[in-house]
Amino acid sequence: MIEEVFAVGTSRIHRVDPRHRVVFAAVFSVQTAIGKEPAALILALAAALVLVLAARLDARRVLQRSVPVLAFLMLLWLVLPWTVPGRPWLTTGPLSASMEGVRLSWQISLKSISILLALMALTATMTAATLGHALHHLGVPEKIVSLLMITYRYLFVIEAEFTRLWRAAKVRGFRPRTNLHSYRTYAYLVGMLFVRASDRAERVYAAMRCRGFKGKFYTLAVFPAGRDTVWFSLGMSGLAIAMAAAEWTATV
Amino acid sequence: MHISEGVLSGPVLGAGAALAAAGTAVGLKTLDYEKIAGAALLAAGFFVASLIHVPLGPGNVHLILNGIVGLLLGWGAFPALLVALLLQAVLFQYGGLTALGVNVLIMAVPGLVCYYLFRSMLWKSARLRIAAGFGCGFLGVLLAGLIAAAALVISEESFLEVAGLILAAHVPVMFIEGIVSASGVAFIHKVQPSLLPGGPPR
Repeated sequence: MIEEVFAVGTSRIHRVDPRHRVVFAAVFSVQTAIGKEPAALILALAAALVLVLAARLDARRVLQRSVPVLAFLMLLWLVLPWTVPGRPWLTTGPLSASMEGVRLSWQISLKSISILLALMALTATMTAATLGHALHHLGVPEKIVSLLMITYRYLFVIEAEFTRLWRAAKVRGFRPRTNLHSYRTYAYLVGMLFVRASDRAERVYAAMRCRGFKGKFYTLAVFPAGRDTVWFSLGMSGLAIAMAAAEWTATV
Repeated sequence: MHISEGVLSGPVLGAGAALAAAGTAVGLKTLDYEKIAGAALLAAGFFVASLIHVPLGPGNVHLILNGIVGLLLGWGAFPALLVALLLQAVLFQYGGLTALGVNVLIMAVPGLVCYYLFRSMLWKSARLRIAAGFGCGFLGVLLAGLIAAAALVISEESFLEVAGLILAAHVPVMFIEGIVSASGVAFIHKVQPSLLPGGPPR
């Protein structure tokens, strides 16, 4: 099931103007992604944790959502320390983990987890529809916003469509296994999904034309500025400056 | 096959974003408003297909189908996949904002290659059509893996082994995608040929 588990809430973060959240999520992500200094990255992680707490996200859900990233990081930890050349840090038999490898693994872990948490706290705390409105206000091209809105609108319909087809296949006794028959059945299900999607697209476009669609989505959403938005933006700006300073003092 | 946030280097992220933006700009030119709804619905289909897990031995893998999306949309695959990946980042936190450009390239470039390579093979014979479908699935995943591996290795030479592991893990996926895409293309050809590039008008 496709669910927006963090989208609805009453926390301070949920009350911040979505445009500000999107902009600062982007700034934070870029800054963290290109950051190198441990001090700056630890600051980023601390800030991301504060944001998650402030957004009052369900801890269990946060962990669930982190599983793919954690799995990838685990792979890195299993490989990098042993393959990056450098001074030995821990030697077990013929293998030795290098300082450089461990440092690289730490750096990537800090970055990945910080950005992931910040993304949960800042962009996952709005519905994709709100995100579309925010992007529209931020000057993202009309066509992309339209594409995003229609995709989001029909995502759930297409998913329901698939569930229906799947149930029908189950009722007819389909049991997925590793064989050609199963793969072909999946192919027909997906093929049907695409055919139905394109049929629906024509009806959708016709309906949009009937309602006078001229290639423009009018978004009526207004985002009033509140005290939370001001504090949030001040805090995030301060964080950006502090992270930049940490990077800069280390290079001087 | 998403590359997580915080893994790639700044220059790779920047170059990926620039190339993805260029591809998206071309794609948007080809998508007039009549086709936007179609592209959006296919983007939704791609999103849902990526949630479908097919069995592979004791485990399972999820479908990718970037080859078929490319075949059906051509350059339009860039904006469609951009939107689908953005939604995945927002709804599931798979991938994120900084790696979005690179992730779009990983999915859309193979799709575009499939479009140019295989669209003329769809209308000659049933056997060629099956081959084209298989090629879409197989090449779609193979090229995606290669682009992902290249992005990793250019970022950091020590990612070589990790990139190799990821590519190796996707070899069975290439065959499964090939089989599914071959049957999928044959199915679409039978049920609604107008969907395929160069197909008869409805």
